[in-house]
Amino acid sequence: MVVISALLVQTFQMAFVVLLAPLLTGFIRVIKARLLRRRGPPMIQPYRDILRLLRKEVVLAENASWLFRGTPYLIFAVTWVAAAIIPTFATGLIFSWTADLIAIIALLASARFFLALAGMDVGTSFGGIGSSREVMIATFAEPSMLLIIFTLALIAGSTQLSSIAAFMTSPQVGLRVSLAIALIALVIVAIAENARIPVDNPATHLELTMVHEAMVLEYSGRYLAMIELAASLKLLLYISLIACMFVPWKLAVQGEGLTAYLVGLLAYLIKLAVAGALLALFETATAKMRVFRVPEFLGAALMLGLLATLLRFVSRSL
Amino acid sequence: MPTLSDILKKGRSVPHHAPWPRAVVDAAVWTAAASTLPEGRLTLLDLWGEASAVHMALLDEPAGTTAVLSLEGLAGGGYPSVAQLHPPALRLERALRDLTRLEPRDLPDRRPWLDHGRWDLRRPLGERGIALPGVGPYAFLPAEGDGLHQIPVGPVHAGIIEPGHFRFTANGETVVRLEERLGYVHKGIEALMAGADLIRGAQLAGRTSGDSTVAYAYAFSQAVEAALGLVVPIRAVWLRALMAELERLANHLGDIGAICNDAAFPLMLAHCGVLRERVLRAADAAFGHRLMRDRIVPGGVTSDLNGDGAGGLRSLLAEIRRRFPALIELYDNTASLQDRTVGTGRLGAALAREYGAGGYVGRASGRAFDVRQVLRYPPYDSLVFDVPVLNDGDVNARVWIRIREIEQSLLLIEQIIDRLPMGPIFSGIPSVGERREGMALIEGFRGDILVWLRIAPGGGIERCHLRDPSWFQWPLLEAAIEGNIVADFPLCNKSFNCSYSGHDL
Repeated sequence: MVVISALLVQTFQMAFVVLLAPLLTGFIRVIKARLLRRRGPPMIQPYRDILRLLRKEVVLAENASWLFRGTPYLIFAVTWVAAAIIPTFATGLIFSWTADLIAIIALLASARFFLALAGMDVGTSFGGIGSSREVMIATFAEPSMLLIIFTLALIAGSTQLSSIAAFMTSPQVGLRVSLAIALIALVIVAIAENARIPVDNPATHLELTMVHEAMVLEYSGRYLAMIELAASLKLLLYISLIACMFVPWKLAVQGEGLTAYLVGLLAYLIKLAVAGALLALFETATAKMRVFRVPEFLGAALMLGLLATLLRFVSRSL
Repeated sequence: MPTLSDILKKGRSVPHHAPWPRAVVDAAVWTAAASTLPEGRLTLLDLWGEASAVHMALLDEPAGTTAVLSLEGLAGGGYPSVAQLHPPALRLERALRDLTRLEPRDLPDRRPWLDHGRWDLRRPLGERGIALPGVGPYAFLPAEGDGLHQIPVGPVHAGIIEPGHFRFTANGETVVRLEERLGYVHKGIEALMAGADLIRGAQLAGRTSGDSTVAYAYAFSQAVEAALGLVVPIRAVWLRALMAELERLANHLGDIGAICNDAAFPLMLAHCGVLRERVLRAADAAFGHRLMRDRIVPGGVTSDLNGDGAGGLRSLLAEIRRRFPALIELYDNTASLQDRTVGTGRLGAALAREYGAGGYVGRASGRAFDVRQVLRYPPYDSLVFDVPVLNDGDVNARVWIRIREIEQSLLLIEQIIDRLPMGPIFSGIPSVGERREGMALIEGFRGDILVWLRIAPGGGIERCHLRDPSWFQWPLLEAAIEGNIVADFPLCNKSFNCSYSGHDL
């Protein structure tokens, strides 16, 4: 019985994240549009876009290899798996014991690796530019992310997200400087990883300034739908990650009743909305930085991550 | 250093060329004039051709005058190249060859410019020929070295902008060389002009570059009036300036927003877009057309200030004055935006002067040239305004020139509304039974627009040439981007905002 209910919760989570992700993207777009005094597209526009792309014919470069065709599915699958095991509204998901935080990061890193390869596969100059910029960003973002994980793992005594969330809700967590530092670093990394302003502009039409969009410029039809959906999922994933580690309030614990799950769900939606609104506000208030400023920006995340980890060795209570 | 009048004395003055003189010279004087251009006293304004003649318009800025030098009776032999002595003439000469077959002698660059081999005919302004089948690839200038790679961009872009091809050679992110390839929007305006009547001519001129439709129609009309010795009613003269300033206001507002948007700061675009829309609506209310197209014609203007047009413009001024300072502050105080614009795409003062760069491009790089002030055509001779000049030459300076010019335009519009004389707005065009030539130089929002034309005895247009300020700004963009990073090109490009359509004709 317990297994069945756990399986149900897990299945619900898997369907839930993939169905909700485009809505989050649409929500952020609407908020941004309102901040710019525009009406903006309806919130469900990303769903329509994905359906439209799925119906459309695929235009493929003649020299595209199997790698180019396979990458969109791989990216989508990998991102979906990663998003499915993050405690969004409930901890102790049945699949979550198969992978810890490091595995989630590794999943995302492999998605990035394949996308960068696909960007170069067709041989257009924009794809190459996008891939080289993406890899430059990754060389700073991934070590920062690992240092943040070390900090959290050292504090919570586990790299398992459910355990970290459980620890963070417990009274023993206290007020810790290293956590605050790690949060700032994580937000910086999340912005860079999701190709948001000021690192990349998801809404630009200027080929020469693109990073993520430049890599996927050659994709169309269902391939593009997969990539767009994966990008939405990734944004949802990072917000969920931050939420479950730093604001794990009202997360339902395995075995609790239906009400607890519903409360957890509602709390999760509120967290997403707040994070989305904050992201939109931040993006509106700042311009994109020069490509070569990005390493400085992410370098700050790396240093903060390092500082947070070191603080743990200096003092048990910080 | 010879002045313009010294050079003119060596040639044969042509009758009926107004308001500035035109002299037919021989090849020696032509070359001598061209070789003084790099010295900097004279500025090349334009170079254009006919079936068997080439003309070169020169500006003597200290003397505040211009003149045209012509080489006539050229057959197959071509003419002595100006570009090999003075590089700014290069693209003009290449275009001239495409249009008329007149060969610039000793010009090393033999590549076509406007003619991509896709026209139905060759040499539309000269001895017409059938297009050659099959054209080879365009030879871009080489840039060789370790780790250099090419990035072709365009002619079709992802945004809704005009077509043009940019070939970058980059070393990683750093641009080593940019070469432009233009001519994709060649409409054959000058060929259409030949034989057209004056009304059709004004329409064609107003469609050369849509964002400068007022300035082009203004320049065309003024050239016609100069040729025919026609005096325009004073109210029409003032209304023309009013329209020109409204056009400048709208375009500068749009540009400032668009530049910021290219740095991914759409907040400025949104707010500037609202103000630009207000200007366009006020123009619509006042003159019956948002862009005021076809409102200026030879002889005057076609529509007077409608109903409460002046009142609408006054409330527009008040609104811009109320809301624009906050936008300037937003631009100036957003550190992330300043980080993008300051120091990006620097254009040196020497190059700006050599190329005679007009508009915000020249004025941001220390070239204090504004036709409204140097040649003081009416009604600007009786209006008070400043011409802002900066020396930084970067994207930020070009934004600031636009900001200052918006403030000046507000002042000008206010003065014009206050002092707008009463009276008729149109006078009929007399028919003159002889060949006449006229020329005009008008300050559009991008810079000085030159129109030269010859009217046949019957009253039709024999030859009309229009020169967009972008002819001298496009090459400077290639220079400004050098050493910048590839990702900053859109920002530099938008800060130049050169016209494709006006350049491609």
